Amino acid sequence: MKTGKTAYRKKQDAYQKIAFGLMKISTAVVVMVLLLIIGDIVIKGAPSLTIEFLTQMPKNQMTEGGILSCLVGTIELVILALSVAVPLGIVAAVYLTEYASEGKVKRFVEQAVNNLAGTPSIVFGLFGMAFFVKYIGLPQSLLTSSLTMGLLILPVIIRTTQEALLSVPQSYRDASMALGITKWETIRHVVLPAAYSGMLTGIIISIGRAAGETAPILLTGAVYFYPKLPDSVFSPFMALSYHLYVMATEGMNIELTRGIQYGTALVLIILVFSMNLIAVGLRRHYRKKGIGSN
Amino acid sequence: MKRNMRNFNEKTMKFLFFIGGIGTILILLLICFFLLAETANFLKTYPIWDFLTGTEWKPDEASRKFGLLPLLAGTFITTFGAVLLAVPIGILSAVYIAELAGPKTAEILKPAVELLAGIPSVVLGFFGLVLLVPTFQSAFDLTTGQTALTGSIILAIMALPTIISVSEDAISSVPASLKQGSFALGSNHWQTIYKVTIPAALSGISAAVILGVGRAIGETMAVMMVTGNMAIIPWSEPFLSSVRTITATIALEMGEVAQGTEHYYALFTIGAVLFLLTIIINGIADAVKRKHHRGE
Repeated sequence: MKTGKTAYRKKQDAYQKIAFGLMKISTAVVVMVLLLIIGDIVIKGAPSLTIEFLTQMPKNQMTEGGILSCLVGTIELVILALSVAVPLGIVAAVYLTEYASEGKVKRFVEQAVNNLAGTPSIVFGLFGMAFFVKYIGLPQSLLTSSLTMGLLILPVIIRTTQEALLSVPQSYRDASMALGITKWETIRHVVLPAAYSGMLTGIIISIGRAAGETAPILLTGAVYFYPKLPDSVFSPFMALSYHLYVMATEGMNIELTRGIQYGTALVLIILVFSMNLIAVGLRRHYRKKGIGSN
Repeated sequence: MKRNMRNFNEKTMKFLFFIGGIGTILILLLICFFLLAETANFLKTYPIWDFLTGTEWKPDEASRKFGLLPLLAGTFITTFGAVLLAVPIGILSAVYIAELAGPKTAEILKPAVELLAGIPSVVLGFFGLVLLVPTFQSAFDLTTGQTALTGSIILAIMALPTIISVSEDAISSVPASLKQGSFALGSNHWQTIYKVTIPAALSGISAAVILGVGRAIGETMAVMMVTGNMAIIPWSEPFLSSVRTITATIALEMGEVAQGTEHYYALFTIGAVLFLLTIIINGIADAVKRKHHRGE
């Protein structure tokens, strides 16, 4: 009897060893993939990353020179997309958390946000093309790309703002209302300020997302080459993400311009990762403070 | 007087926020409407049956063949391969992070997963193109290294963070009392994990997998850069042939077509198919997740 149990235990412990081993290997694979990608791009991209690379326009059919126009294009795109998505997203999130009562309307809005979040980026591109370009008649430009990108990051902003608002303790609202302050004033002076850092995290994450996405701008205004910086929102533009795609697949001399490609990839990664790091730091900071988290 | 003003403000703001909330529904409806409108334009000149069952995608003026099947095959093969790779690795890593890793290790691993999620798809595609494609080409002795397999690997990398973080959430939210019960009965840690913790978190884990699938189906840039983009159903050696996904077809061909041509409408139609697929997938994930929350 006793030996039987030990044998059973031994067998179970052996299974455990195998299972835990597999878990460790899987996790190691994930980490290694991350390190491999980052390592490859950092090591091969670093030599290209000079001041000239960032401050010069592409030259000689994009086989030489820098990525200034792409960098500027991406930054303008991100700023414009945010100025569309942030106000809209905050309003929708405030509606969902502060105003909407449980019921059909709220459920429909939440479903809509979920579906928007799951919609492939290329579908946003198609929509931007059909609606902003063909239907409204705007030229394929920085503006149409930014509007499309704004819609793409809208669900991210709504969800993170909602989370931030939900984490503001109900007692804050009750205390304010008890003082005779109206709902909107409570939201404006009590709830929103308390949720501020959480909302900021969401905005920062969507900066990274907007800078990295390619498919929506591919259909709505980003171009292979544009000889100058965009002079208005109605002008076509170059972007880092699209530039990397073009250089790696359709460039004039794909093998020779690997340096430019790796450099562009590195700039994109630095941009996105620094946003992620700031977001992680912010989250830790306000978690310590206790406000804005559950 | 002041009170009236305040009341007015309250009502205006309430209305404004309501409009903002409804706005998200409006955007979704607009997307549906414009995709469907262009799809209708396509189906006016192209029989729906030929579209749904066509095995050839040859959009040039002379051939005019818009068969969905080769593109659907490309999308399904790459996604299927990605699932095969990402699901076991993702779930095992999620269990490791939730159950085995110490708090310090978890504090490093979680942001690492987020970082992986943050890599732009075009950068992943680039990485696949310059590193994976040549490696596989020589390893399998292929004419081109741009195959469904490389697509699957890159898609798996993209789906992994979703699968890991959503299942990790589900596993972490299993109540400690359940596990303690199992331990008290003499089970070891692994028995507890696979007999108690994983079954309790199963709906959350399933939702994670489904969301990962949704992510893989909708991905464009990365797949387009590594799959070779041949619109042919690869009956023999599906993983070692070049394939072309729905997303890649739209991205590749939209730049070259004139607005209002049959080809232009055809691209919107496959976009509508893609949109429908992701809506169904997200709906399933949602339903599964809600079941999970009720289960708690």
